[in-house]
Amino acid sequence: MSDPVTARTPADVTVGGAAVDGAPGDDHRLVVEDLSVRAGRLGLVHDVSFRLGRGERVGLIGESGSGKSLTALAVMGLLPEGLSASGSVRVSSVDHDLVGASDARLADLRGRVLSMVFQEPMTALNPVMRVGDQVAEVMEVHDLASGRDARRRAVELLAQVRMRDPDGVARRYPHQLSGGQRQRVMLAIALANEPDVLVCDEPTTALDVTVQAQMLDLVVRGAAERDAALLFITHDLAVVATVCERVLVMYGGHIVEAGPTRRVFTAPRHPYTRGLVRASDLGALGVDGTDGSLRRPLPTIPGTVPPAGAFPSGCVFRNRCERADEACEVEPPWDGLPGDGAACVHPYDPEDTAAPGDTAASEPGGVT
Amino acid sequence: MTTSTTPTPPDGDQPALLEVRDLVRDFPRPRSSLLRAPEPVHALRGVSLDVRAGQRFGIVGESGSGKSTLLRLLAALDRPTSGTIRFRGREVTGVPERRLGFLREDLQVVFQDPMGSLDPRMKVRDIVTEPLVAQGHPDRLGRLDELLEAVGLPARAADRYPHQFSGGQRQRIAIARALSTRPAVLLADEPVSALDVSVRAQVLNLLADLVDEFDLTLVFVSHDLSVVRRVCDTIAVMQEGEIVEQGPADRVTTRPEHPYTRQLLGAVPSLERALAGQDAAGLAAAAGAAAPGADADREVRR
Repeated sequence: MSDPVTARTPADVTVGGAAVDGAPGDDHRLVVEDLSVRAGRLGLVHDVSFRLGRGERVGLIGESGSGKSLTALAVMGLLPEGLSASGSVRVSSVDHDLVGASDARLADLRGRVLSMVFQEPMTALNPVMRVGDQVAEVMEVHDLASGRDARRRAVELLAQVRMRDPDGVARRYPHQLSGGQRQRVMLAIALANEPDVLVCDEPTTALDVTVQAQMLDLVVRGAAERDAALLFITHDLAVVATVCERVLVMYGGHIVEAGPTRRVFTAPRHPYTRGLVRASDLGALGVDGTDGSLRRPLPTIPGTVPPAGAFPSGCVFRNRCERADEACEVEPPWDGLPGDGAACVHPYDPEDTAAPGDTAASEPGGVT
Repeated sequence: MTTSTTPTPPDGDQPALLEVRDLVRDFPRPRSSLLRAPEPVHALRGVSLDVRAGQRFGIVGESGSGKSTLLRLLAALDRPTSGTIRFRGREVTGVPERRLGFLREDLQVVFQDPMGSLDPRMKVRDIVTEPLVAQGHPDRLGRLDELLEAVGLPARAADRYPHQFSGGQRQRIAIARALSTRPAVLLADEPVSALDVSVRAQVLNLLADLVDEFDLTLVFVSHDLSVVRRVCDTIAVMQEGEIVEQGPADRVTTRPEHPYTRQLLGAVPSLERALAGQDAAGLAAAAGAAAPGADADREVRR
């Protein structure tokens, strides 16, 4: 176990506590400790730690290349060939660490204890198998139902995700369904075995807004009904604010900020989070924009996300940060509470808000 | 303007740059019965609109609304089943490709997926200046530096290939190519949908700057009302092949008159509303998707 003082321990990790070594307590569904992902000598995800409580909804946000999807895949034990994970991933109902567990053991857990909804349902579903059979299969594989019983459960699950005519949908193939329907089939499969942890990786990015609204509702209900912990990955801040109570912000393979959704989005401490919040604020719909506020350029984060391996040493954001100085050349310690703070040497004050709409405040840097 | 689907009357005597009248586009479906002819897909069911010079015209709709079909027709990349499109008063529909030079020079398109619209085997230099070759321009390399600078790319980018750039930079390359012929009209089909938020902000700022700098008329197609409102002064909302509401961007987004526009506005997740306590169930209710059955199953494919 690494030194709990210097380790980057964003979420509510018991710093120096005994909970780190033992099996996770009753109130935690998922405990991730110092999870790193490497491709050979190239580090892609660095010492990520967080915990998900029973029934808790946590968002993992970041842009392409931030490592958010790799983190999810590492939790699921689904890293592609050539990538390796280290650290620890534990689930409350399983008595061993998932990192380093055998493929057979992981396969037994996936779809039962841990399940995942992917962004692109067309590639995740089997094109030559009726969707009802695909929902039934996940129960049969884990010996939780079989034959006619599994088929009946599958139709029930399709009804739960609000398929009209679930019997008819069960007999269809994926290509006969719309994008929203396919994604609901994915959710039915993920929820079939009452998982402890539900991971959703950009489940609504490819959907229309009205379909997205329904899908988000179904994800939240499905997790709540099972008391499952939800890890929701997205790059859309408005979506994560709608769905999650707590949020983790990733950049360059590090969690750079963590905290309650409201705090992170109204008073972000890390300059990256602040840039992200301001760049995504297009102006509230329904609010009159005739005062010209919409014609002002959007605040942007200078520069671009470097490719993997080209992030600066020390603070990964310092080459794009308006507050960076020599102090940022060493890896910044966690500032704030374990589950509510930022990895930054020069964080913004809590009073210094970047709430959506306050375009008048704070003009420094950022604007290109 | 009210919810009428008739075009906005031109200001004063200024004629519309693009005049679209009663545009219909049907696509045939594959035959599934020996006895019955298949019912065609009615992608556009009689769309009329006017885009005046200098306007920033937004077209909003969900998948299947016909917005991309409309854009393809405006760019003369497809032919309508019936109806007419006039550009600067000249008929575009039914004109053979060899006589569309006036349109190709003056109207350019930026597509959603820059990786799909940029030839991976061509260097940026050749991609950006290709429209000039097609149009037989004399000084195409002289124009290259100017174009790269306008879209914020370094001059050394010219010797590289598309895969060496990030998504946002690739969209800049696509925009530089579109601007090469000094068009009057830029058609943009979801140009920021594939981009991350911080990159999206950069590209939206760039588009706004270029529209001002080059006096462009912009037709901007997107599913995202908040993006369209940012960029456009006029919004047309499409549903199932028809324009159901059209008017000034501010009016449409603050005082929508058509129920579908209201539904769309309610469905867009918003940071403000979420922080004010709107949860997923609340969002679904606002989108009119909460009640069992009142969902999107209409889109089952036949």
